[in-house]
Amino acid sequence: MGFSFLKTALVGAVVLGSMAASAALAQDVTVGLITKTETNPFFVKMREGAQAEAQKLGVKLITAAGKYDGDNDSQVAAIENLISAKAKGFAIVPSDSKAIVPTIQKARDAGLMVIDLDTPLDPMTAANATFATDNFKAGQLIGKWAAGTLGDKAKDAHIVYLDLATNQPTVDYLRHQGFNDGFGIKVANPTHYGDEKDPRICDYEISQGDQEKGRTAMENALQKCPNVNLVYTINEPAAAGAYEALKAVGKDDGSVMIVSIDGGCPGVKNVQAGVIGATSQQYPLKMASMAMDSIASGKLPDLDKNGYFDTGAQLVTAKPVDGVPSISVDEGLKLCWG
Amino acid sequence: MSDDATGSATAERGLQGATTAVASFDETDAGLVRRIQAFLHDFPTIIPFIVLLIGAVIFSFAAPGKFLAPLNLSVVLQQVTIIAILGVAQTLVILTAGIDLSVGVIMILCTVVMGRTSVVFGVPVYIAFPLGLLAGTACGFVNGLIITRLKLPPFIVTLGTWSIFGALNVWYSQSETIRAQDMEQAAPFLQATGTLIKPFQTLQSLGLQLDFLRGWVLTWGSILMIAVAIVVWYVLSNTPFGRHVYAVGDDPDSARLAGISTNKTLLAVYSLAGLICAVAAWAFIGRIGGVSPQAGQTSNLDSITAVVIGGTSLFGGRGSIVGTVIGALIVGVFRNGLALSGLELLWQDFAVGVLIIVAVTIDQWIRKISA
Repeated sequence: MGFSFLKTALVGAVVLGSMAASAALAQDVTVGLITKTETNPFFVKMREGAQAEAQKLGVKLITAAGKYDGDNDSQVAAIENLISAKAKGFAIVPSDSKAIVPTIQKARDAGLMVIDLDTPLDPMTAANATFATDNFKAGQLIGKWAAGTLGDKAKDAHIVYLDLATNQPTVDYLRHQGFNDGFGIKVANPTHYGDEKDPRICDYEISQGDQEKGRTAMENALQKCPNVNLVYTINEPAAAGAYEALKAVGKDDGSVMIVSIDGGCPGVKNVQAGVIGATSQQYPLKMASMAMDSIASGKLPDLDKNGYFDTGAQLVTAKPVDGVPSISVDEGLKLCWG
Repeated sequence: MSDDATGSATAERGLQGATTAVASFDETDAGLVRRIQAFLHDFPTIIPFIVLLIGAVIFSFAAPGKFLAPLNLSVVLQQVTIIAILGVAQTLVILTAGIDLSVGVIMILCTVVMGRTSVVFGVPVYIAFPLGLLAGTACGFVNGLIITRLKLPPFIVTLGTWSIFGALNVWYSQSETIRAQDMEQAAPFLQATGTLIKPFQTLQSLGLQLDFLRGWVLTWGSILMIAVAIVVWYVLSNTPFGRHVYAVGDDPDSARLAGISTNKTLLAVYSLAGLICAVAAWAFIGRIGGVSPQAGQTSNLDSITAVVIGGTSLFGGRGSIVGTVIGALIVGVFRNGLALSGLELLWQDFAVGVLIIVAVTIDQWIRKISA
């Protein structure tokens, strides 16, 4: 029994192996893309960008994703599969920037080039290169814009923050503290928000980057801060949810300014409609296509000492402020994703 | 011999007095406890109702002037609307001793079918909206069909369809958000559930000045929720079908012997649950103004939470729609109250977890009466 099972397994492995070999012969370079989830429009666009670039370069692309944000196990399995498939390298948006590091090391030891996208690894040098938005800078841009737009009134602002999650992942505190820094609020701890002493801070709520939870968070915030006039949001779905809550109490009259980060097409259209005052746009397609190029050619762009390349963030607004570089809504719409 | 006899006599003498005393004491205590147990067995909604009142009292002190404000209570009602509607669907299923893990994703799929079909593909809303209702019913029907025909446990089946409907959602939606402003142009009817009703102002314009209504705000979504709850409550308590649902959940074998077609009942329950999810989808569009295919990730578990806290037994056959609506309100009141008291989200999750375990413990205890 045991022996025949082993034999079947061996035959199966040989068949699978030869299938993999013939696939490798047909298109001799395989590259991978692993994202956090399958469904988030940011990753959907990233995959589309990678697919288009892979087709252009004539390489075979294997994509994989976690089941949910934070799903490390599925990403580990995906890397193992890429090592087995003898991929030349892969790009990954890590769900857990620390836990994935040993598996990434295993892949690099096996000779694969690893490019980290969007969310830096901890330590960043664990990957061959990191192509990502500087989220602190993205936050700074909307903070500066809000301060510039409010002018003298900035010193009596009542600010509500709709953050991402209670465990404060990297992107959460970088955007939050970037906004604080840009707006002129003294940052106490650059890697943790919530202990700033500025009297203009009225409330923090968690939106989980979800439109419905964003509305709920804003409704609760309004009970605590009826005089709110500035809302920082972690992303554009949270901003859209917040706007619905403000509209329900008649505060969609321009008395409350919402700023956000992402630059997705619905978000930029919301800037056009005046729902969002300004948003920092990031570029997932660029991250993905650059990664495909680098892996296929084996050549990396100029990186800083940690292996980081800034894929850029631009402020999109219909009301530019002196001293804060921005692009128009039309330009933003041309560059938007999702 | 004589030693033995003396020994056993001594032992008996020692036992006699003790046994009777303990037994009689035990009897009175058990009598009182058992009466409470029996009372709760007959009126299972009392406990959630008391918990809701206790919660309201605590938060009126923890967040003075904020929690009990009419506007805040109106907001809580709006916040629980969707989970309460999904909870009604979930109650139907759980009454048959089943579970539906796919309610949340059916709802989101229906928001996409209604919204995308009308706004992106330009199909008139009087076609797109019924199409969404049909999609929800079809999803529920598929669940029921697999459960009754393949004789698989509902947990496994709906775990599978959760994934399947989720994939269909990504495929049909392309993960694209539909903005509130675009929906307002193309299909304002779908947003109608988000329209605010201000009873004070409405009645004032009719010449009726009712001051206690000042500050209260309702949405059509909340009214829809109450309507769905009343209809399903009526069906469950006043129709043969309703009695069948309870019977199938309590003891499927006896139900079958009594001439009830358990398969037909289950098929109807899952289809009806799917339809109610589609109604929840309408309320969901009203709440966020548009369609967000990413949203609602936790709503299936939230609906089960509402049902369990509302006193419906996960083992089937016992529970009520009123309990579920109160269960949803409890979760909403605790989340809102803790937030207003300045507590972080993780402590809100902690509190909801405690509520679930307490609710199930009480349910197990009440169940002992029938054992």
